[in-house]
Amino acid sequence: MIRLEKRPQPSRLWTIVTPLLAVVLTMVVGGIMFALLGKPPLEAIRTIFWDPLFHPQFASYSRPQLLVKAGPLILIAIGLSIGFKAGIWNIGAEGQYIMGAVTGAAVGLAFYPSESVLLFPLMVIAGALGGWAWAMIPAVLKTKLGTNEILVSLMLVYVAENILASASASWLRSPEGMGFPGSRNFKQWPAVHNDELIANTGMHWGVVCAFIAVIAAYVLMARHIQGFNIRLTGEAPRAARFSGVTPARIVFLCLGISGALAGMAGLFEVTGPAGQITIDFNSGYGFTAIIVAFLGRLNPVGILLAGLLMALTYIGGELAQLMLGLPGASIQLFQGMLLFFLLATDVFTNYRIRFAKGELA
Amino acid sequence: MDPVLLVASIMVSATPILLAALGEMVVEKAGVLNLGVEGMMITGAVVGFAAAVSTGSPVVGFLAAALASAVLSLSFGFLTQVLLSNQVATGLGLTLVGLGLSALVGAGFEGVRAPGMGKLWIPGLAEIPVIGPMFFRHDFMVYVSLLLVAGVWAFLKYTRAGLILRAVGEDHESAHALGYKVVRVRLAAIFFGGACAGLGGAYVSLVRVPQWTEGMTAGAGWIALAIVVFASWRPLGVLIGAYLFGGVTVLQLNLQAAGAKVPVELLSMSPYLITILVLVIISARGVHGAPGSLGRSFHASA
Repeated sequence: MIRLEKRPQPSRLWTIVTPLLAVVLTMVVGGIMFALLGKPPLEAIRTIFWDPLFHPQFASYSRPQLLVKAGPLILIAIGLSIGFKAGIWNIGAEGQYIMGAVTGAAVGLAFYPSESVLLFPLMVIAGALGGWAWAMIPAVLKTKLGTNEILVSLMLVYVAENILASASASWLRSPEGMGFPGSRNFKQWPAVHNDELIANTGMHWGVVCAFIAVIAAYVLMARHIQGFNIRLTGEAPRAARFSGVTPARIVFLCLGISGALAGMAGLFEVTGPAGQITIDFNSGYGFTAIIVAFLGRLNPVGILLAGLLMALTYIGGELAQLMLGLPGASIQLFQGMLLFFLLATDVFTNYRIRFAKGELA
Repeated sequence: MDPVLLVASIMVSATPILLAALGEMVVEKAGVLNLGVEGMMITGAVVGFAAAVSTGSPVVGFLAAALASAVLSLSFGFLTQVLLSNQVATGLGLTLVGLGLSALVGAGFEGVRAPGMGKLWIPGLAEIPVIGPMFFRHDFMVYVSLLLVAGVWAFLKYTRAGLILRAVGEDHESAHALGYKVVRVRLAAIFFGGACAGLGGAYVSLVRVPQWTEGMTAGAGWIALAIVVFASWRPLGVLIGAYLFGGVTVLQLNLQAAGAKVPVELLSMSPYLITILVLVIISARGVHGAPGSLGRSFHASA
């Protein structure tokens, strides 16, 4: 008879071991899945996790992609993790990411063809504000009326997707685009192009901001009183209220930070790797970032590593698609499984497993 | 617009959400919040479609969809009930897994047409002018969904098992103290919810569209979750909510088709905006009837 015994405190050792265990389990089950699809399992796993970094032929192309993909994931996940710590479930980061990109791009395009050096910073601020404003909708509804933020933030993703469709098809459409949907290409506009800062590294302003966000989040959560209040609200809401923490303020703070960071990520993406507003420039980073936040144990340094790992599966997945004909969707499943196995193995973090012989009353 | 056709199409458009929301309501009545409805629906959509196309029988499709989604939901059940994982995070994970799984399974089925579903004319009633074509000339799943509503209502209200299920959802400590198997009841509820979501998903791919495209449920699972709140956890409320929502969907599609002077995007986003609006109104009025133990993990610590 197996029994679970609650630990007085989550095990520190298991907190670190479970993400690694989840990765191994995902590799094993993923390998079985690839074998069922008729692909060589070991080769597929190697193509996903090893080749993007060390393949003699492709690595020079795919290594910079690591930072390009990890940047937005980390930036968004850092924001989400702060909310998750407080028990505030913003799962609509994808919508905030889209709205940040659309707002920032709209502000920039309003000044076309200005070459001012101030324009790009202005767009970044506009992007952050756009994402922030979109996140304020669930925040206001939650604090004033008690509306569930999970459903509202998610519904707003679909609304944002429609706004994106309309922006790309009409009000942000490039006048020189021959009537095709899509905005002007920011890559052909040097003043606002979010280009690589160091050639062949993938390092752009979004990645820089992601690193800054990691440090800032660490300081906030570990050293600042608001970080303490956020953690307290998540772990003991009643105690938080007795110690004078206003729940509404925490909701605004958490949703505001995650919205602004997601919005910035969107702006960096649209002016950099994506290059223009199109109906599908967003590649689901807002949803994958949820996995990144959990895999990183809601810890800034953990998120940094988890973001890099998740970026690796994106690039490795593309490589496996190319070299082994692995369906693109299998990577999505792979990432979902990773989250599932992490949540499953988390039982070891919070509980001790006891083997007892039968139960005597 | 012909009112007869309008009512008939509202019933078709409401059925997937009705099925999914009804299942989720039972799950929540047992005290479990499963946010994976979207993932289970899309899995049902692809499995139902694949099974129906392979066998040529929509009935087999629906059965396969219900079974597949129910089995998938048990993974959520195992994680949340046995391994005591966080229900919100696990539900999200289930949705992500379902979306990936469905895209993988469905890759070979894009562009294939679903086998047609015959209309089931209710003898006698279908001949009545106006009312007949409105309500009594649908495919069998429409009737199944309505029977399920009645069945769930009677089950929760009049049966002993229904009472136990509600007790487990209201206060799992007390239910456990009385000797009820909390985890077992919840796993059964989760299984039922998964099967219902699978049926709803299969209805989208086999009847409403009827084709398979990636991500085709487009948030229907999330809307189903909102409808459970709207319904204050009552079967009749779920029915009303789903039909109201079906009405909005049909109306905006008709406006799009008629070329109304409103931007298409505004019409396409209207179902989601209205869902938010409904949630706001409900919460302003005060949410009533939420089961006491909703979303809380149960761990028998004795």
